[in-house]
Amino acid sequence: MGDVIKVSNLTKNFGKIKAVTELSFNVRQGQVYGFLGQNGAGKSTTMRMLLTLIRPDSGDIEIFGQNLNRHRKSILRNTGAIIEKPDLYKYLSGIENLRLFATMSGARVSEKKLMEQLEQVGLAERAHSKVKTYSQGMKQRLGIATALVHDPDLVILDEPTNGLDPQGIADIRKLILHLGREKNKTLLISSHLLSEVEQVADAMLIIDKGKKLVEGKVEDLFDPSETILELRIEEGLTGLEKIKNSSLDAMIQESRNNSIFLKVHQKDVKEILETVLKMDIGLISFNTKHSLEDYFLKLTSGYSYAETSSNRTF
Amino acid sequence: MLKLLRIELFKIFKRPRTYIAFGAIAAIVILIQVALKYDGKSYVDLLLNNLSDSFELSDEYKNKLLNGYLICFVILNTLLIQMPLLVALIAGDSIAGEANMGTLRLSMSRPVSRTQYMTVKFLASVIYTLALLVWMAMLALFGSMLIFGTNDMVVFRSDGIEQMRHFDVLWRYFAAFGYAAVALTTVAALAFLLSVFAENSIGPIIATMSIVIVFTILSEMNIPLYDNTIKPYLFTSHMVAWKGFFYVKADAMGTTINGSIENLPAILKSLSILFIYIIIFFGTAVCVFRKKDILT
Amino acid sequence: MKKIMVLLLILVSIKGINAQTAEELINRVRMKLDKVNDYEAKGKMRTNVIFIKAPVANVKVYFKKPNKLRINNENGISFIPKGSVNINLNNIFFNSAAFTIIDGGKETGSGNRILKLLPEDEAAGVVLSTLYIDEKNAVIRKAKITTKESGTYELEMTYGRYISYGLADKFIFSFNTKEYKLPKGITFDYDDGTKKENSSDQLKNKKGRVELIYSEYKINKGVPDAVFG
Repeated sequence: MGDVIKVSNLTKNFGKIKAVTELSFNVRQGQVYGFLGQNGAGKSTTMRMLLTLIRPDSGDIEIFGQNLNRHRKSILRNTGAIIEKPDLYKYLSGIENLRLFATMSGARVSEKKLMEQLEQVGLAERAHSKVKTYSQGMKQRLGIATALVHDPDLVILDEPTNGLDPQGIADIRKLILHLGREKNKTLLISSHLLSEVEQVADAMLIIDKGKKLVEGKVEDLFDPSETILELRIEEGLTGLEKIKNSSLDAMIQESRNNSIFLKVHQKDVKEILETVLKMDIGLISFNTKHSLEDYFLKLTSGYSYAETSSNRTF
Repeated sequence: MLKLLRIELFKIFKRPRTYIAFGAIAAIVILIQVALKYDGKSYVDLLLNNLSDSFELSDEYKNKLLNGYLICFVILNTLLIQMPLLVALIAGDSIAGEANMGTLRLSMSRPVSRTQYMTVKFLASVIYTLALLVWMAMLALFGSMLIFGTNDMVVFRSDGIEQMRHFDVLWRYFAAFGYAAVALTTVAALAFLLSVFAENSIGPIIATMSIVIVFTILSEMNIPLYDNTIKPYLFTSHMVAWKGFFYVKADAMGTTINGSIENLPAILKSLSILFIYIIIFFGTAVCVFRKKDILT
Repeated sequence: MKKIMVLLLILVSIKGINAQTAEELINRVRMKLDKVNDYEAKGKMRTNVIFIKAPVANVKVYFKKPNKLRINNENGISFIPKGSVNINLNNIFFNSAAFTIIDGGKETGSGNRILKLLPEDEAAGVVLSTLYIDEKNAVIRKAKITTKESGTYELEMTYGRYISYGLADKFIFSFNTKEYKLPKGITFDYDDGTKKENSSDQLKNKKGRVELIYSEYKINKGVPDAVFG
């Protein structure tokens, strides 16, 4: 299966601000591709360039094996997208919005199909209400419906779960998995939360300040030997001393306040915990997470393990 | 293309704001009609003041004078000055409004070329302008003809009187409305151009009105310095040329020549200047928009 | 001396034979006009005023004794000048019951007899009427009427089929107009670039002219009073 999106050396500056620098990545047919980065990292700019909303300063974009500039219409006919929060025509009803965007995509969609689409995102009952009466979540779902209304092969969703409640987030996740696994669509999904992407994506790209940090398949990126084990211990330095004097010393990544961070292989966690308990260091709690998450946060925000992980419990 | 145009018109005519303009026109027209119905005599007296010494001016005569055709002329003169605002309200919102709502990025990531999109948007604004004028014609012309009846039309100018037979008037109105359509399309094109640069619709609407007002003041001022330098090139100087259709030619005896226009070449020249403005405004708008990064 | 007396006698007698006195002539004219009790006439009216461009108007003119006259443009609008009532020539005599007649002799060229009528009534609006009378047909060919307030009117008549009633087929009525000017604020002017031919000199020449050409008279068939409003 070939590449649906092929981006090479994409660069865009807004005056002195370097929005995207020499960015290259490929999205393969049928992949759910996660696009990660803090707010302002250049995700939206990149996605806008993929949709011809922004003209790159340099670099090439190929979609469906065709140059985007030269085959803009045929590519966009087969692409569905929402960028940032989907603002729709508030004075029109849900179904009117949907019909309008279907027509703009050059698709003939029957009223029955439109209703089905709305049903898929749980808006069938409100199809004829004006969008201004919709909640943020409903607008988000209608936005996704407009991206899918012409049945495109490539779906680009920018922060699709932004502003949604937990149930809404779960629904969207389900929809993405359904599109990717069952409908075999190619999806490019951006987020500033790794946890959101890792659950649905096959591959991902992390960017910061417009530059690529990491790219790869999720199973490769989430290397089990890169698991972080956090140990919270009682006051006093004896606990840390005891660990430093043990065989675990080599695994220590960082220690701060009453937490010690060890880099371990996932399969060794149980064994290490048993060892720690035997050492009687006054363990209060422990927590594991993948180093990528911290790596992501650290790289993209400069936070340390301690500051970000303190409120995470396993 | 036709489908896209239908979408744009659908959007325009689904918005409550669109009908503000229709309501405003109806209100102004009806207010003037009511005023002239009940107090038209004092207005006519004002016009005839100069003539009362030399001519028999009976009440019956004044009633004949104040017929639907003259009423419509008064209304057009009053209303066409306000129309640019109503046109800018929609044309200025055309692109900026979409940018503001965030729908521009949704629309422009669809397989529609930017030139096509701009053309359709502009056409929709023009159709809206035409709809306003048709609405105005219905109320101001046909409404007045119905309420006040028809008769010969007498147009009072500051230094003379133009009189034409009743059968020689209606076509002049059609020509005048046609001309007004072009004049207002010029305003629409200006608002449309400004709309490309803005991210909310208030800016272009206010900017359009400001330009129209400043230019109109310049056009109206009698300053020799501007008369031959700036004035002939201001589009506002040419927007009022529709009135030329109500100025007639006379023979050596001072008799009106039916079906004549005093200075048709001047009207045609004004018309072509307006067309040039439209092409420049719209062309620039398309060029700018084609290169624009859509960040909203 | 004798010779002079003879010459004078001869002159007086010639006058007595070939010419009539001013009073007689006026009476003949009046008697002729008196035959008309009323009329309704159809005609075309052209207005020629420097500041008015007016179309040719189809008018109906109604007259009823002694001095009712009305010019109606039934399917249009016409500026009817004040004093146009004087196209009813009876009016000249109606203005004043008695007047002094000054015989002005004959007009060179046309041979019309010039008579000047001075109303004896001090309150009369007309100060002086000068009539140019065709003696043979006992009709007024030309008249100048000077009024106290509206200046001088001039009338020129051309007779045809209705000469026996003293009714003209064509009238040219000249009158004075005031200078015309309206503030631009109420006129919504637009300068279409046409150069106004009326130079200021012409504007000062504030003579207006109305030309009435009658196609048909209905004489003494009765005219209801209502038409005179």
